[in-house]
Amino acid sequence: MATLRDSFRGNIRSFGMVIALVALIVFFQWRTGGNVLTPSNAMNIIINNSHVLIMTMGMLMVIVIGHIDLSVGSVAATVGIVVALVIQNWHWNWILAVLLGLAVGFAVGSWQGFWLAKVGIPGFITTLAGMMFFRGLNQYIGHSKTIPVPEGIQQMGSGYLPEWGPNTGMNNSTLLLGIIAIVAIVFLEFRKRARLARIHADVPPMYVSISKLVLFGVVIGYLVHLFGTGRPGTSFPIPGVILVVLALIYSFVTSRTTIGRHVYAVGGNRAAAALSGVNTKGTYFFVMLNMSVLAALAGILFIGRMRASGPADGLNWELDVIAAVFIGGAAVSGGVGTVMGSIIGGLVMAVLNNGLQLMGTGAASQQMIKGLVLLAAVAFDVYNKTQGKPSITGWLTRKKGSAGSQDAEGGSVAEAGPVNPAEPTATA
Amino acid sequence: MSQDHVVLEMKHITKVFPGVKALDDVNLVVKAGEIHAICGENGAGKSTLMKVLSGVYPHGTFEGELVFQGQSVEFKDIKSSEDAGIVIIHQELALIPELSIMENIFLGNEPKSGIAIDWVEARRRSMDLMARVGLDESPDTAIKNIGVGKQQLVEIAKALSKDVKLLILDEPTSALNEDDSEDLLNLLRGLKAKGMTSIMISHKLNEIEEIADSITIIRDGRTVETLSVENHEIDQDRIIRGMVGRTMEARYPEHTPNIGEVFFEVKDWTVEHPQVPGRMVCKGSSFNVRRGEIVGFAGLMGAGRTELARSLFGRSYGKYHGGQIFKDGQELELGTVRKAIESGVAYLSEDRKTLGLNLLDSVMQTIVSAGLRRISKRTVIDQNEEYVAAEGYRKSLRIKVNDVYRNINTLSGGNQQKAVLAKWLFTEPDVLILDEPTRGIDVGAKYEIYGLIQNLADQGKGVVVISSELPELLGICDRIYTIFEGRITGSVLRKDATQENLMRLMTTPTPSAA
Repeated sequence: MATLRDSFRGNIRSFGMVIALVALIVFFQWRTGGNVLTPSNAMNIIINNSHVLIMTMGMLMVIVIGHIDLSVGSVAATVGIVVALVIQNWHWNWILAVLLGLAVGFAVGSWQGFWLAKVGIPGFITTLAGMMFFRGLNQYIGHSKTIPVPEGIQQMGSGYLPEWGPNTGMNNSTLLLGIIAIVAIVFLEFRKRARLARIHADVPPMYVSISKLVLFGVVIGYLVHLFGTGRPGTSFPIPGVILVVLALIYSFVTSRTTIGRHVYAVGGNRAAAALSGVNTKGTYFFVMLNMSVLAALAGILFIGRMRASGPADGLNWELDVIAAVFIGGAAVSGGVGTVMGSIIGGLVMAVLNNGLQLMGTGAASQQMIKGLVLLAAVAFDVYNKTQGKPSITGWLTRKKGSAGSQDAEGGSVAEAGPVNPAEPTATA
Repeated sequence: MSQDHVVLEMKHITKVFPGVKALDDVNLVVKAGEIHAICGENGAGKSTLMKVLSGVYPHGTFEGELVFQGQSVEFKDIKSSEDAGIVIIHQELALIPELSIMENIFLGNEPKSGIAIDWVEARRRSMDLMARVGLDESPDTAIKNIGVGKQQLVEIAKALSKDVKLLILDEPTSALNEDDSEDLLNLLRGLKAKGMTSIMISHKLNEIEEIADSITIIRDGRTVETLSVENHEIDQDRIIRGMVGRTMEARYPEHTPNIGEVFFEVKDWTVEHPQVPGRMVCKGSSFNVRRGEIVGFAGLMGAGRTELARSLFGRSYGKYHGGQIFKDGQELELGTVRKAIESGVAYLSEDRKTLGLNLLDSVMQTIVSAGLRRISKRTVIDQNEEYVAAEGYRKSLRIKVNDVYRNINTLSGGNQQKAVLAKWLFTEPDVLILDEPTRGIDVGAKYEIYGLIQNLADQGKGVVVISSELPELLGICDRIYTIFEGRITGSVLRKDATQENLMRLMTTPTPSAA
């Protein structure tokens, strides 16, 4: 059993959080008489939340460097109105308009990155100013009117993959995605085994890998069935595809590249990072820039789903995004958190919203419940840390290998236990 | 009160943490009016013992008995031990930088009139306390505006304000320069003359020898022995023997240097203080390093040793005003830390926790953190190479940890320092500047670090060692530069160097070629 657990390290460190998510789904499935896991509801969850989930990846990095971005909703709204207007008034092609929107995000991100990285104004202030300014800019440009967007952008925000090929009883695009996913995880698992063998590390027994692959295979198979068997013309939604692709890219960037390592280094100890040759200002700038570009993309997907851009788009998005990142195990002090953890945190919020709506809970109660869930998730984390136990969210989402030993007051010896039990290591 | 009156007795103290017996039947007897030193390697259990004494570990979480002033006591927290008159001053000072000296002295213990703080009374009492500890400052001066030495005095004044009967000092001089250390030791002598009992934890054996009346040595959680001045038992070799459990033939490994020609040179290096315009922290400093040479930098704290090193290392300190760096005859432009690393210069900072490490990292991530380019292609990190590199250093530097995935903050100070050293070795430097490489680590680990330094020199690298401990410089360096107030005042070969002539150069402004 221990080997089984060990081999899941890195991947299924986030096991507990996934369990919480599954428990939540099962609970609502039971309470709503099976209305949660229907093809159309699952698609709704993805379509209604992909913009928030996309932003959590950027926000995770902002929070890891020890800052916060309050402006994402306003930035998304500004980008949305710009995109809608150039199409309506200047008759731009929608693809060009989307590219312009991303460019606006880039410009806004550079602006905020400049104030944070070069001038040294904390992100909270920089983006609080941005939140006000860009909200105003959205309403100034759009005269507080609602501007419709064309079919192309609507597809981006809420469309489905095409139907093609033989009749398999389900949507073939979704089926293809599932097959690609299964092939990919099998390939990655065996490559990992080969790698471990090459560096003479302990290779987990074959049955561990097989059972892991079977488990993932079953989950993917179920999702393919869920999303592939909706009414004709529906599939795994396009915004969901964008989300999954970005999640893979951002997971890779944060965990496996020097850029990602620099982000964690700057967040963990800025001075030490600087003395290790990390360009700390450049890292700050990049993270803020990236956040605004993702906010721009989220804004475009959102106007696609709403079929129009309006003056109240993006209101309070920053709060949902920040909550998701913290539920996903990031630390306010920076340096801690993972992309996958944040996305799972976002999904917890999404399922909660959806389930409560299906149960017919009023908007007021929904807000209260969400507030308490955020508090409970983080409180549980903090409690476990002060007890010196591995925290759920920290445990689930910690970076590979970094044992989640948040040093409890005076607990240095307890922490040191595993290092060498024969020798006390309390700093005397 | 007779000299033999026992003020504190800790009997058969055993403290167990999950998996570790931190203290095993420790006994400590402190007599009234003495200065009692506690010695031991890092991890021997000194701090744990003091935490038991001061109530950080409340009664019931350990076995054994505490007898204070003749009565058995059971402290449930720090507050209750302070109420009994036991005050501990930690290595890391617990003062609020933005508040004044007076406000800090009475923080949490403010004299009241009614519900308001009686500032007149506070001022009167703080002036009195400051006079007792010899602190010549206005009580309204903010803590951030006084030096570490004076801050230490504020801590002691704060302790005195609480009617302290037993004062515990944890490494009180570790952050102080020689002058301030001497002042502090004199203050302790003065307090002792007035009947104060103190316990002092220290790594600095010369200080202990100078000031302590008795010494209790702890090793691996057990009391080894208690030595007393009266019986003429105190000498450094005996203390070291007790601490490490073996006779240390030499505190510095034998080494025959193999010194080549000059390959690293700094000329007329001039740097201005980052906050104080017009104040130069390096004044036209010139020095050189030969291949295979270990070069020491001696200077009092504040003389500009660290400032010189950090300004050379990618101009990461102060404002550059002039000067050149040459390596192998070529001038280097080290405008950023990254350029410095790429040019083969490494700098190990004096402050491991705040400048050297990200405590959230694993051992592996720490080791590769300055050399990510070596293990990555187009920014993608190769996990094989990362593991192989880290594992290699774990073995070759004998870093005590089960695997390199462990968190760096689970390691002892000495092993953390080895990991930081590995981080710099991984950048494959030609010149290593090591700023206080053995600060806060125990005797055994120091010996290993010295061996590593000599090894590097034998590989033909140039090693610069900055240290506050003159015996250390005399023990391992082939040549020693002295710095006084930002100026290099001398260069002394090992065979000519003595503590006395170095100290003279470190305290005189006139440059002299020795």
